Amino acid sequence: MTLQLDSKIPSGPIQDKWESRKFDSKLVNPANKRKYKVLVVGSGLAGASAASSLAELGYQVECFCHNDSPRRAHSIAAQGGINAAKNYRNDGDSVWRLFYDTVKGGDFRAREANVYRLAQVSVDIIDQAVAQGVPFAREYGGLLDNRSFGGAQVSRTFYARGQTGQQLLLGAYSALSRQIGLGAVKMYSRTEMLDLVVVDGHAKGIIVRDLVTGELREYAGDAVVLATGGYGNVFYLSTNAMNCNVTAGWRVHKRGAGFANPCYTQIHPTCIPVSGDHQSKLTLMSESLRNDGRIWVPKQQGDKREPGQIPEDERDYYLERKYPSFGNLAPRDIASRAAKEACDSGRGVGETGLGVYLDFKDSINRLGKDAIAARYGNLFHMYSKITAEDPYSRPMRIYPAVHYTMGGVWVDYNLQSTIPGLFVLGEANFSDHGANRLGASALMQGLADGYFVIPNTIAGYLAEQKPGAVGADHPQFGKIRGEIDDLTKRLLSIQGKRTVDDFHRDLGKIMWDKCGMARNDAGLREALKEIPALREEFWKDVRVLGSADSLNQSLEKAGRVADFLEFGELMCRDALERRESCGGHFREEWQSDDGEAVRDDDDFCHAAVWEHKGPGEEPERNVEPLEFDNVKLAVRSYK
Amino acid sequence: MNWMLDYWRSSIGGKVTMAITGLLLFGFLVGHLAGNLLLLSGPEAMNEYAAFLKSKGALLWVVRCGLLAVFVLHVITGIRLARENRNARPIAYARPDTIQASLASRSMVFTGLSTLVFVVYHLLHFTVGVTNPEHFTMETSAGGHNVYGMVTASFSVVGIALAYVAFQVVLFFHLAHGVQSLAHTLGLHHERFTPMIKTASVGVAALITGGNIFLVLSVLLGIVEVQS
Amino acid sequence: MKVVLHIWRQSRPSTSQDFGQDGKMVRYELDDVSADMSFLEMLDILNERLTAKGEEPVAFDHDCREGICGTCSLMINGRPHGPERGTTACQLHMRSFQDGSEIWIEPWRAKSFPVLRDLVVDRGAFDRVVQAGAFISVNTGAAVDANAMPVPKADADKAFDAATCIGCGACVAACKNASAMLFAGAKVSHFLHLPQGQAERDRRVLNLVETMDKEGFGNCTNQYECEAACPKEIPVRVIADMNREYNRARIKS
Repeated sequence: MTLQLDSKIPSGPIQDKWESRKFDSKLVNPANKRKYKVLVVGSGLAGASAASSLAELGYQVECFCHNDSPRRAHSIAAQGGINAAKNYRNDGDSVWRLFYDTVKGGDFRAREANVYRLAQVSVDIIDQAVAQGVPFAREYGGLLDNRSFGGAQVSRTFYARGQTGQQLLLGAYSALSRQIGLGAVKMYSRTEMLDLVVVDGHAKGIIVRDLVTGELREYAGDAVVLATGGYGNVFYLSTNAMNCNVTAGWRVHKRGAGFANPCYTQIHPTCIPVSGDHQSKLTLMSESLRNDGRIWVPKQQGDKREPGQIPEDERDYYLERKYPSFGNLAPRDIASRAAKEACDSGRGVGETGLGVYLDFKDSINRLGKDAIAARYGNLFHMYSKITAEDPYSRPMRIYPAVHYTMGGVWVDYNLQSTIPGLFVLGEANFSDHGANRLGASALMQGLADGYFVIPNTIAGYLAEQKPGAVGADHPQFGKIRGEIDDLTKRLLSIQGKRTVDDFHRDLGKIMWDKCGMARNDAGLREALKEIPALREEFWKDVRVLGSADSLNQSLEKAGRVADFLEFGELMCRDALERRESCGGHFREEWQSDDGEAVRDDDDFCHAAVWEHKGPGEEPERNVEPLEFDNVKLAVRSYK
Repeated sequence: MNWMLDYWRSSIGGKVTMAITGLLLFGFLVGHLAGNLLLLSGPEAMNEYAAFLKSKGALLWVVRCGLLAVFVLHVITGIRLARENRNARPIAYARPDTIQASLASRSMVFTGLSTLVFVVYHLLHFTVGVTNPEHFTMETSAGGHNVYGMVTASFSVVGIALAYVAFQVVLFFHLAHGVQSLAHTLGLHHERFTPMIKTASVGVAALITGGNIFLVLSVLLGIVEVQS
Repeated sequence: MKVVLHIWRQSRPSTSQDFGQDGKMVRYELDDVSADMSFLEMLDILNERLTAKGEEPVAFDHDCREGICGTCSLMINGRPHGPERGTTACQLHMRSFQDGSEIWIEPWRAKSFPVLRDLVVDRGAFDRVVQAGAFISVNTGAAVDANAMPVPKADADKAFDAATCIGCGACVAACKNASAMLFAGAKVSHFLHLPQGQAERDRRVLNLVETMDKEGFGNCTNQYECEAACPKEIPVRVIADMNREYNRARIKS
């Protein structure tokens, strides 16, 4: 093991760890803060909240995003809600329960101390968002409303219709905009980070491409904060936005940052099924729908009758049957696998047979159509737009799809990666969700990291650095810029026959078939042969038109797919090496008689942290053991 | 005064200027129509009313100047806003379309400028007496200005009458959008009342311009007695 | 199904002197489009074909493809986001078009939204309007408990209706005057109906309007094309709100 994986968890009881970290961490005095420059890459929930909070503290902040505006980051698409242990409902919620639910939901593969901190600051996030003017749903008394999400038996999810992510992101964006207006943050939109500059072992800057002019530029800083989201698009089809990518995370990995648990991907159970080969993207139907919708398939195989004609006793409400205490609100990994199982047994619905029903009939009968419309109107609208079917009168058809990635750049308790000075936030880090994320927890984590964690922990690092020690004129910048320039030229010079999308689609198919909802040894070994072959073909036969000195979307995509082609291999390798089933990682060899995931706590109660060894070299697998002092390791049961 | 100019130069200040001057001009139109309706009561009533207005001397001039100022402000602000609007889109769409904007709302600049032309003509015609001096100089038996005679003599000329009717039709469109638009610009928006305002806007535009047209036609068709 | 496309192609970014006059509408034909495809997937196919032929693909902005990020910005047959109400271009499906349709696709047209390439425009002006005041000045950590300040549900709903704006620019594209008042009004209205927004009420509207004017947007003539084109169906009420707020703030200042 060559990576230094010091998790830097403070000692003491779990309730006091965060307080003691805040106290024992070094501080930068207010007058000195303005001497330090922090580069924030990404402007989603984590990036925007970090950039604005750091600027409020007085640091010089420069923020970069590849979208045309920071407001467009994909956090905006989160629908259902955000968890917080407010216990406004008097239903027995507490910080401890949110902590417990999250650790259990993650199938005991998360770091306890991080999760506890997340639960602690969750309450502050809601306060902060409300103060910013985020219009959460309210009751007639004027107080905040809540709903329930999967994996929890309390109502702790705050929401803003089906657009919670949008409203929270716009809140963070407004805070960021305020700092931009004040001149405290310099914002660079349509600017994509292409590499990290490491000087004497510390992250000291980034190389970016101006997506309008094509120009490569160097930016130096005293610390780099990465908040660049997840890598779900390695599957080609996912609920991620089209431009989401792994490039920033992958490039810092190649510069020395450990990458943890890449095989932990979340397959969301309720998405609109694929309708044809032309499909470019999958659309999520919020988990909140499972509050009022009942999931079922026909009991009989190949039953092609219209859903309305299938009588009650010939329907299998399989989640309610298998998990009576959580029912339709079973966690995502479990609900997804159950849907796959139903379809694999020939009981899937829709033309492709890859779908299950999500039925609102009972709720509409009980609450009335208007009440359902008020709760989910925009989701029903979205569904009918895409499918041309009316979900009020006919059950929705849904199927699992890639949605979120729990793996990511390894970080310690301070959110610092194995490269000093490089901090990683939000979905981009290997996160607090273990092997499976509970619904409404991604928004919570992104904002916790950005608003409350990084402003406190970054000072500990900066206090030990001389501000502005390395400028963009350092030779290392020019060297790396040259490497990027060569890579771009190479992509443009191949002039082969196949388009970038074509390769991406092929990669996606390999990943979905062999490293998707269920994985096995043989399939993963095949994938590990197919991916390098595809990559080789890519570098021989890809066709990227246009020039490097203009707005060139094919070139942008080509660079991202090139990274996915490397990253996909690491993902399969990680999946192969993790010889157990846990959360979103389901190895067919490790399942119980009734098809539940079987963990191997003796051998795999750890985070696998991969180390890049150079091109053509096998990466090295390091481990960070996970210790559970506060939650007892147990078989996860939702029955 | 700087703050006023500053306000006027802002987009909303400009719009509000249009709304308030528009409202005043609309008020004038109501009064103007009310006075003109005396045409139906015969020559004495009409000419007495005209003489009454004339007798106010200085006050009349104050009102006239005020009205002119309002009118000029309305026109200048309108032209300024229209120019800004044109500049805001340097390249037009190759294939433009309209979703719901009414014809009236889309032709405000045209109907407005046409109305300006009409007003100038109208003043030259009846106030200054340049276009038809033979009508303008008509006298009552008492030797006063024979407004009744002037109006009826003019409107019995088919060309003049049709021009007035045409300009009133144009004015109808201007008012039909203008009245509801000014309400919105002044910040009036209400789920229940806004649809009523929209309907009322078209209604009052029709009443005013219809009333004017009715007067012209009643002369042309001989419903009121023509003096010549 | 078969479609004939007329698409604006422009290779260089527009500048304040040259608004892209070198660009032109170019005709393309596609004859194997499926009705279940989304409009953008149809463009993806066009781009694959163009690439195969060695022609540079059409640049267009898109990201989430589920109608929430506000990135897509296509004027389709003279209507922002195409013929369907309450829909973004990415949510539009080819079933909304007849077989054999001719479809004109243009970028948003406004001086404040210069074209960068083909169908891609720069909407930085919107960001600058927001930076001028569409926020509540509260630093992280300074918030009171979320339930300390009850907000009547009706007010929260009004604020929400305005806050659903996705900043796509369809309002400007649709407006005959390229006015941004629906956008700016939505920001004003969002904060106006919340108690948290009251402290900065006057400053906010004055700064927003000043910046909006400076950016070169046109003026509102109450035609309500913006409301009809808005994919989130934001009501023009927000413009009346802004007008009122602006006058109030002016009188007080």
